[in-house]
Amino acid sequence: MTLENPRGAALAREGRLPSERVALVDLLDRLLAGGVVVSGDLVLSIADIDLVRISIRTLIMSVRECEAPSDERTRR
Amino acid sequence: MITVTDTGTYLYAVTRDTPPPCPEGLLGVAGTRVRTIANAGLLAYVSTVPLEQFGAEPLRKSMEDLDWLGETAGAHHHVVEVVAEHLPTAPVRLVTVYSGDEQIRDLLSRRHDDFMEVLTRIADREEWGVKAYVDLTAPSPATAPGPPGSGGPGTAYLRRRQTSLRGREEAWRQAAARAEQIHDTLSSFAVASRRHRAQDPQLSGRKELMILNGAYLVERDRREEFARVVEELRGQGVDVELTGPWAPYSFTDLADSRPEVLGDA
Repeated sequence: MTLENPRGAALAREGRLPSERVALVDLLDRLLAGGVVVSGDLVLSIADIDLVRISIRTLIMSVRECEAPSDERTRR
Repeated sequence: MITVTDTGTYLYAVTRDTPPPCPEGLLGVAGTRVRTIANAGLLAYVSTVPLEQFGAEPLRKSMEDLDWLGETAGAHHHVVEVVAEHLPTAPVRLVTVYSGDEQIRDLLSRRHDDFMEVLTRIADREEWGVKAYVDLTAPSPATAPGPPGSGGPGTAYLRRRQTSLRGREEAWRQAAARAEQIHDTLSSFAVASRRHRAQDPQLSGRKELMILNGAYLVERDRREEFARVVEELRGQGVDVELTGPWAPYSFTDLADSRPEVLGDA
């Protein structure tokens, strides 16, 4: 899954690398393991590690569903 | 006690309170309108979100919904990108939801010095992601069969097996050493660096093993130099991928998060 990244696109036009689309997994590396962490009066207080685990599990599961379902069936 | 009809204040990013003002018509998570809260010389970019979607319980479920997660992360990222185009920006972690604006005002004044320190650190700098991959299935000299020796077919098999195990171990060791070397080279160029966990091959979408998932904070006017350094690291069986520029997500640790953590315990 990819998302629009206007700044990357601008760079790509300048002849500099990165692709103009951001992979969700790269984004989640940063949004779930980076960024300012504040708590205190938060409504939500799931531990960071939980968020990462949940989403990574979700991603892996969804990738498995999309990929090679025929493989799975023939093996079983 | 929170009821499902309540709303919360979703926090995206913090900047210094300087013009330009919040971009008009900017939309955030769940299509909500982004606005700003100013206090103590800082500006928080927020939107009002329904707690029936962004309360702790609903979030536990929706974080497992890939479509929801993708949309929400994309919307959060979009707000951060738009703001970061104009100002040094401290992005905030995904789904940081406060019970109301008052708590955000309080946060800005209470953590004023910490935010200022982060904003100073990241000014005129950008985050770049560098991922390195190595193909461990490629034949290497280490995995070549050893010299023929005495012994029956069983011994030969054992020896082959041992050689192959040793070869794989050696390949791993070399890959790890190469990752260190790449990271060191990039770190010495960058103002700050950080390693994220290597992505599972199923997520990276590549068959090769990811040996490095690094983030590097680089002076904006040295970005092309940095890109060249990355290019030069490619080769000898290692592929290197550059992503960015990112808002400095990986370099926004507040100096002292102790009081916050204690409050939770």
